[in-house]
Amino acid sequence: MAYVPLADQDDAHALHDPQTFVTKYIWSQDHKVIAIQYGGVAIFVGLIALGLSIIMRLQLGFPDTFSFIDPAFYYQAVTMHGMIMVIYLLTALFLGGFGNYLIPLMCGTRDMVFPFLNMLSFWFYLLSVLVLLASFFIPGGPTGAGWTLYAPQSISMGTPGYEGGILFMLISLGIFIVAFTMGGLNYVTTILQARTRGLTLMRLPLSIWGIFTATVLGLFAFPALLVSAIMLGFDLILGTSFFMPAMMELGEQSSYDGGSPILFQHLFWFFGHPEVYIVALPAFGLVSDVISTHARKNIFGYRMMVWAIIAIGGLSFMVWAHHMYVSGMNPYFGFFFATTTLIIAVPTALKVYNWVLTLWQGNIRLNTPMLFAIGFIFTFVHGGLTGLFLGNVIIDIPLADTYFVVAHFHMVMGVSPVLVLFAALYHWYPKVTGRMFNETLGKVHFWCTFLGTYAIYLPMHYLGFLGMPRRYFEMGSTDFVPASAQALNANITLAAIFVAIAQILFFVNVFWSLRNGERASGNPWGATTLEWQTPDTPPKHGNWGEELPSVYRWAYDYSVPGHKQDFIPQNEPGEEYEKTHHTAGGHS
Amino acid sequence: MSLYRDVTNKPWDQVGLPDGIENKPVFAVSNERLALTVFMIIASVIFSLLLVSYYIRMGIGDWVPMSIPTQVWANTTLLILSSVCLQSAVVFSRKQSTISVVSRAGLSFGIGGLLAVAFVFGQYQVWGLLAETGQGVRSNPANSFFYLLTSVHVAHLLGGLWVWSKSAISLIQGSTSEHFRQTINLCAIYWHFLLVVWIGLFFVLANT
Ligand code: HEM
Ligand SMILES: [Cu+2]
Repeated sequence: MAYVPLADQDDAHALHDPQTFVTKYIWSQDHKVIAIQYGGVAIFVGLIALGLSIIMRLQLGFPDTFSFIDPAFYYQAVTMHGMIMVIYLLTALFLGGFGNYLIPLMCGTRDMVFPFLNMLSFWFYLLSVLVLLASFFIPGGPTGAGWTLYAPQSISMGTPGYEGGILFMLISLGIFIVAFTMGGLNYVTTILQARTRGLTLMRLPLSIWGIFTATVLGLFAFPALLVSAIMLGFDLILGTSFFMPAMMELGEQSSYDGGSPILFQHLFWFFGHPEVYIVALPAFGLVSDVISTHARKNIFGYRMMVWAIIAIGGLSFMVWAHHMYVSGMNPYFGFFFATTTLIIAVPTALKVYNWVLTLWQGNIRLNTPMLFAIGFIFTFVHGGLTGLFLGNVIIDIPLADTYFVVAHFHMVMGVSPVLVLFAALYHWYPKVTGRMFNETLGKVHFWCTFLGTYAIYLPMHYLGFLGMPRRYFEMGSTDFVPASAQALNANITLAAIFVAIAQILFFVNVFWSLRNGERASGNPWGATTLEWQTPDTPPKHGNWGEELPSVYRWAYDYSVPGHKQDFIPQNEPGEEYEKTHHTAGGHS
Repeated sequence: MSLYRDVTNKPWDQVGLPDGIENKPVFAVSNERLALTVFMIIASVIFSLLLVSYYIRMGIGDWVPMSIPTQVWANTTLLILSSVCLQSAVVFSRKQSTISVVSRAGLSFGIGGLLAVAFVFGQYQVWGLLAETGQGVRSNPANSFFYLLTSVHVAHLLGGLWVWSKSAISLIQGSTSEHFRQTINLCAIYWHFLLVVWIGLFFVLANT
């Protein structure tokens, strides 16, 4: 087949503008509508997961106070909270939401290359969410096996949700993976094949690099989850013994024999570790663009940033067993995985330096998106450093399964990506809605969230040092955890409730500004990338009106000396003149 | 290599349309072809992980190598023939200007798909056969893996048959578009891929 570039199918009318309400907003094939659908559902389940975390905190902060929280419910809350946040909120919102919205706009295309598949992707995602939520209403409730679903625990009698919750979870994950694959094929193909003229790979904004690499990681990593889910499903329904060893179940010898629980852990973490970067890489990308735009400076070390993203992506498949140091392994393996884990910190640190150096001597505008972006640098450095501790076998062994780990991954994977999500939501809000949000409300929201999350997670490191174990319903009486730890736990709970309530500010802002916000111009931040140069705001179906944009420069021409404005859009032709004096920007 | 040049150049030093007026896809293939290739890579990852699990589980000690029913050989023949038919559909379709059901390309395409359907039924029968002779899914980890691997393989084939059936229907209705030639092509590639996967799986299952 001869290749027909999308740009040659330039006729905007060939796209069949959807006419009715249903084709426009429900069965829509427009990437922008699908992005909003994805985003809306993801945020909705995210709120449920937030509610579940409050339930956990109530129990931990004030044990024996709330009679509706029994151990089974506590474990179900832990499990569903973790799984929803990691998969159904973060993965879906970054890739299904921002990926869908930004890829065609930043690449200068009219839509994804397979719009129908894209639509299916969303409906499969919605189905997976519905199946997951349905497990709350079946006998026995959702599974309480922990988000890692370790066998044999997850499918043994006595684990909450054994009756059906675990099955619903596995089915839901399977559907999610199908949805992700359909979306992912679209993102990859669109980015590789359909970029508009002049947009070389190295002219792509880092957002696209992050989303692209994360998608590739997802396409390689989710199969591992799928395989473990299928095999676990076999063990559960058909009674095979892939993962299930011979063991006693409620006092009786179970019919399983010979399976390998460690094999499950390997498969799970072969997915699980890349998964954390599936969430982190889009965040890295988006935050780079937000920082560069609001610092009015080109991103420092663009090429280094791209290569770092790719290096992190590659390395993330070689470190998975650092989650299994305490499962027992050959010491040489432990040594190998500790080494690779520490190596992955190098490109990660490099990115942090580059963000900071981008800020250095920038013309920083401390508006809401920028505050969230800078907040991210803090929390990410913080969580990254604790990762270095945990990456060493000998330090990890006493800290594994304590609150130190909880603190680590919440700083690095909970708070940090969520701060980026807010930065990005505020940053692109004017483009998506055509209105400005309320700046004051946004800033209040930032400070409550930022300081509040520190109040939650900073003390957890200390609790971890004390040896407070994670995933315990009650601490009971232990000699090594002093009674004062309880006071700390109560305070953490109060902080968590405060942060949860503070999120109302965000929703008030979003919905209030939808009607009452100031009308946004097409490019309110003075940004260079293509999505800000659309003829309409919000962009219409087909994005670009009659003609596709051409790209003449990279994505970061901010504060170019000798230029009248402090930014040059990517689609502005311009002459060569400024390039010869172009060393003041910070790169060399 | 232009990909290499692309990722090593200094984007801040260049203004203009470096590639001329056309947009440059990274790979000189159609979008569908690229997506299929990526999908086949994903599927390979799935099968590789299954095989890794297979070998790890095999080392645990309760493994009794199973005897493969002869019908599996017959099924394999069906799958090979199916691939051959689809390949000839590709060859014929290159020579024909229009493709209809009764044309050689149309017929080979149809028969190829039906043979694959027969393969799926054949595998289903093998499952029943094994269960009847006391070699059910729980009898031994080797048998469990036989069921697991064959069913994941069949699931992939069913995905292909879904695409095949859509094209077959439009072929019968006589409403084939220019896309059809490409569909035949892509189906054939996918079929060959699944054939190779199957032969690999069969080899492992029969020898361990
Ligand atoms: C500087 C790089 C990092 C290093 C060296 C590192 C190291 C580790 C180690 C060794 C553990 C296992 C702790 C244990 O269970 O005992 C761990 C857990 C974890 N890390 Fe990291 N990490 C790094 C960055 C990240 C990033 C960027 C994310 C996510 C965006 C992340 C998310 C997680 C999660 C979710 C867990 C806990 C999973 C669980 O047990 O439920 N880490 N990390
Ligand atoms: Cu990890």
